[in-house]
Amino acid sequence: MLTNEIIKQRLKDKFGELVYNMEEPYGMLTFDTDRDNNLKVMNFLKEDEELGFTYLNDLTAVHYPNNIGKELAVVYMLQNIRAGIRIRFKVYTDISKPDVFTATGIFETSNWLEREAYDFFGVNFVGHPNLIRIMNVDEMDYHPLRKEYPLEDQTRIDKDDDMFGR
Amino acid sequence: MSQKQNIQLPEGSLGKQTTTLNLGPTHPATHGVFQNILEMDGERIIDAVPTIGFIHRAFEKIAEHRPYYQITPLTDRLNYCSSPINNMGWHMTMEKLIKAELPKRVEYLRVIIMELARIADHLVCNSVIGVDTGAFTGFIYVFEFREKIYEIFEEVCGSRLTTNIGRIGGFERNFTDIAFQKIKHFLDTFPKAMKEFETLFNRNRIFMERTMGVGGIEAERALNYGFTGPNLRATGIDYDIRTAHPYSGYQDFDFTVPVGTTGDVYDRFLVRNEEIWQSVRIIEQALEKIKPLDPSIYHADLPDFYLPEKEDVYTKMEALIYHFKIVMGETNVPAGEVYHSVEGGNGELGFYLISDGGRSPYRLHFRRPCFIYYQAYPEIIRGSMLSDAVVTMSSLNLIAGEIDA
Repeated sequence: MLTNEIIKQRLKDKFGELVYNMEEPYGMLTFDTDRDNNLKVMNFLKEDEELGFTYLNDLTAVHYPNNIGKELAVVYMLQNIRAGIRIRFKVYTDISKPDVFTATGIFETSNWLEREAYDFFGVNFVGHPNLIRIMNVDEMDYHPLRKEYPLEDQTRIDKDDDMFGR
Repeated sequence: MSQKQNIQLPEGSLGKQTTTLNLGPTHPATHGVFQNILEMDGERIIDAVPTIGFIHRAFEKIAEHRPYYQITPLTDRLNYCSSPINNMGWHMTMEKLIKAELPKRVEYLRVIIMELARIADHLVCNSVIGVDTGAFTGFIYVFEFREKIYEIFEEVCGSRLTTNIGRIGGFERNFTDIAFQKIKHFLDTFPKAMKEFETLFNRNRIFMERTMGVGGIEAERALNYGFTGPNLRATGIDYDIRTAHPYSGYQDFDFTVPVGTTGDVYDRFLVRNEEIWQSVRIIEQALEKIKPLDPSIYHADLPDFYLPEKEDVYTKMEALIYHFKIVMGETNVPAGEVYHSVEGGNGELGFYLISDGGRSPYRLHFRRPCFIYYQAYPEIIRGSMLSDAVVTMSSLNLIAGEIDA
């Protein structure tokens, strides 16, 4: 029976200090790794017979503007469907050079999810076959889910609202 | 913005022997805002390039600027064919974050509502497969019952399509007797129509010829593409969040998870039909289970998150304070990261919530099932006929609102 303890031990044995910050919030094993190791970790989790995390549940990005040098986080969530266990790990990257290796070679799922993360956060997935915007218009020159952008464009002049202000 | 053309033609579109065909974004056969640029050789599809994002409404950004209790209406508009499931999923995510325990009756009432929503969702999808194959009658038979389900929602929460049903901690008001009567009436009359619907389609030669072997995908590819819900189960993998990661008391119910074998349109259709029957079973069990429970309980005792009765707000100091704190967003929310998923109408609807303790989420990501599996569409329809592509699209249960968020 696969448990979080076993996964933790296997990861420690394989990667040692390269995986860190292991926690179990709300029963899900989470850890961090360096951005160069994301594919190694994912491949290990997928290909290992015992672990068998053959399913990419979710992939997204988070912006932490105060985390200097590690502003952007890419979050991967994998699942072992047979055992019904999910794990989540993050890689951090510098916002001025947000390069992270693409997972499209391992999971087809990540194709559009990475495009979405690129569209909204500007994470540059190195090796992605078609890294273009997916939701927003192609002409957009910023990545709107980053924290510095307010909900509405403050420079808009077509919406003049004296009562509530903008 | 410049006048640049954004339509991306598949590679080598010019000077080729094939035809480029634009299908959508607004086309009667696509049921929603989907654009596909197809590369056709005669009537066979060689390649397809889907474009999405036509109705993108920036829900994830809006959610970062709203108090927690105001995010429910955003979830309504994801998969609007079964919005109660999305609402409940969000409430449960919040309850998981604040580690709230819910009374059994609330959980079972939620199960009733979620299963009704699932039936409505599957009815839309399956009857529309019929419409796309030229059989309009089945659609008429079952849509009456979708309407009846919406009447139940109306009785419980006041609205029909985008329900905004329930609150963090339970329901906004108790189920009335009329609501139970309507559920009972639905359960009494629906199986007959459903049987009729199945008789019309399941062994219908024309329908079988039209759907068997069309739009199939293998189990391994489906997993690699992140399929969930009936589409994954049609390939033979019994992954259902209700049994794999039980929530809201689903572990107390006796139901089976139907699976298919080939993962084609016909199997998806059958899996959904069987799920409708299982949902009916679950609702019947839930109605039995709530009978011995205290009928006055419809929410958990969560004064920090659940709005007090209006009567109490005017007469009791404590209720007034809680009301003020909730409305002004002064409630303390624990910081942390939580992921919760529910079995939506078309797959695993997940909520990845990062809270920094503030009044609104630091980051909220919706794991939208059809956004993830729609990317397999070009692979599924490659080599098939144009008319098969239309049936395949409707059988995948794609909801534009959910894809585009």
